[in-house]
Amino acid sequence: MRREGSALNGLGVVILKELSDHLTSVRMRVLEWLVVLFALAALYLAIQQVRETTAEDPFLLLRLFTRAREGIPITFVAFLSILVPVMAIGLGFDAVNSEYNRRTLSRILAQPIYRDALLWGKFIAGLLTITFSLVALWLLVIGLGLVLLGVPPSAEETARAFILLLVTIAYAGVWLALALLFSIVFRSAATAALVTFGLWLFLTFLWPSVLAQMVAAVIAPPDPGYTALGLPTPETTEWGQMLSRLSPSTLFGEIAFVLLNPDDVSARSLGAIYLVQLQGAARGALPLGQSLVIAWPDIVGLVAGTIVLFTIGYMVFQRQEVRA
Amino acid sequence: MNDVVIEAKNLTKRYGGIAVVKGISFSVARGEIFGLLGPNGAGKTTTILMLLGLSDISAGTARVLDHNPVREPLAVKRRVGYLPDEVGFYDNLSAGDNLRYTARLIGLGRAEREERISRSLAHVGLADVADKRVGTFSRGMRQRLGLAEILMKDAQVAILDEPTSGLDPQVTVELLDIIRDLKHRGVSVLLSSHLLERVQSVCDRVALFNEGNIVLLGTVPELGRQVLGGGFRVEVEAQGEGLAEHLARVPGVRKVESAGPSRWLLLAEQDVRPEAAAAVVAAGGRLLRLAVAEPSLEAIYRQYFHEHPHEGERHAA
Repeated sequence: MRREGSALNGLGVVILKELSDHLTSVRMRVLEWLVVLFALAALYLAIQQVRETTAEDPFLLLRLFTRAREGIPITFVAFLSILVPVMAIGLGFDAVNSEYNRRTLSRILAQPIYRDALLWGKFIAGLLTITFSLVALWLLVIGLGLVLLGVPPSAEETARAFILLLVTIAYAGVWLALALLFSIVFRSAATAALVTFGLWLFLTFLWPSVLAQMVAAVIAPPDPGYTALGLPTPETTEWGQMLSRLSPSTLFGEIAFVLLNPDDVSARSLGAIYLVQLQGAARGALPLGQSLVIAWPDIVGLVAGTIVLFTIGYMVFQRQEVRA
Repeated sequence: MNDVVIEAKNLTKRYGGIAVVKGISFSVARGEIFGLLGPNGAGKTTTILMLLGLSDISAGTARVLDHNPVREPLAVKRRVGYLPDEVGFYDNLSAGDNLRYTARLIGLGRAEREERISRSLAHVGLADVADKRVGTFSRGMRQRLGLAEILMKDAQVAILDEPTSGLDPQVTVELLDIIRDLKHRGVSVLLSSHLLERVQSVCDRVALFNEGNIVLLGTVPELGRQVLGGGFRVEVEAQGEGLAEHLARVPGVRKVESAGPSRWLLLAEQDVRPEAAAAVVAAGGRLLRLAVAEPSLEAIYRQYFHEHPHEGERHAA
């Protein structure tokens, strides 16, 4: 059945309204400060480390993202991988249910717009808000890097850092879509927040390192031949890796690793690497294009995850009754 | 020019196989105030949401201003103003900004937007709090802001869901005045309520809902004749011994009902006020009051559910 008019009628109006709500909210202030302070701390630690160890390094800027002082295993990328979900969930967990609870939904939907516009508007406004913060953060890192290290970054370094920025936005998109989905499913904002944060904790800390490996050991039991030699079975390891990629955090970590460590041989493949493959491998750094090829499946995975989660949310929202 | 603005034919809504609106039909004429009355849960809000295209229609058809709310929801929503039950606004925004958001969604240009907003806020008496956050508003102010939104929209049809529930009498009277004023501007009004007395004073016609059906439909006097039976109802207030028997003997009186201490209600075939007065005086009683009673919705409603007790079981409060 065809509907009259555009599904995105009024989208711009909703985006502007949601954006101004986000940017003026106390929640956003707190998140901004959290991000800036944590980033500065991580950057400070990285710069100390970089200054001590590096004499001549062609990827000095990228080291800012990946190095940490010994004993404190917190890199800038690790910060991002934790803080970005917190931010996205913080902005999205009450997107739709707050409209129910404030009893504004039926009034707004009685205006000449479709539900599509409202949901898209909320998602885009949330993503734009996060993008603003991330761009500011990115410029802060590059700028501080310039000032503190005194070495201008090369074009390739800047390109790699920029692609990381785009990937981080996609990573935020997954969590925002997840938060939006739960804000549709659960009428109570507290429940939605709890479930979303719970799932995030599960996917980030429990699944990749513990549960995925357990499931992998069940699917492909370790070969006694390898175990006798004290080696992991390749099949089990591969399954473990594949399963752990169900977590967006794993995907983000892998992409960042490949993008930011062009001269690390282990960043040449995201599967298991065998010694044979490394023998005779060309020395030196991998070109940007090749790094992208390696990271591409993971990047697609992040974007696909966002689309799938948003689509589920969209379908649930379309079928939901308006009355509170 | 079509004189019917809302038409429902066999409108049905089922949730998981259970019908909550069971094939109702009614129509609202241009410039009419039409009341949907009935207990909570009788299907009034569901009917309203179907007319607005906010809820799917399981069976039957609805037409609003000659548009199909299912296929052309935008055309319907552009011309119809809706005040939901317990209307909500964005508490962190001012009254003006709340209306500004709606006005943008409607697609009004900047100049027209501001002009219409200040005019409609002034009309409902909220002009001096236009810049106050809605979070500080009382319930009555929110309802008035909701009506201001409908005025701003320049709607041809206003659909009001329980506009007066939870309001104190003074505010209710003000709100009903605004609703009457809508009618004078040529706006057709469809309102739902379970508060009968208030609604009676504004509605041209009413539909009485019960468990998803319209059980009665018409003007209040029509319903009175239908439910309470024809004839006159005369109220007598008098003091004296055995007056009820004397009143019952008055020619034309069919029944005498006690309506409290020293008060009786006479059901008669014609206006028996002179005869009743004579009877009271002849019996040595003191006549205090004598009046012909208008049928009240309240009485119609109670009588109906008295006669159809099984249908009224779910009626609470």
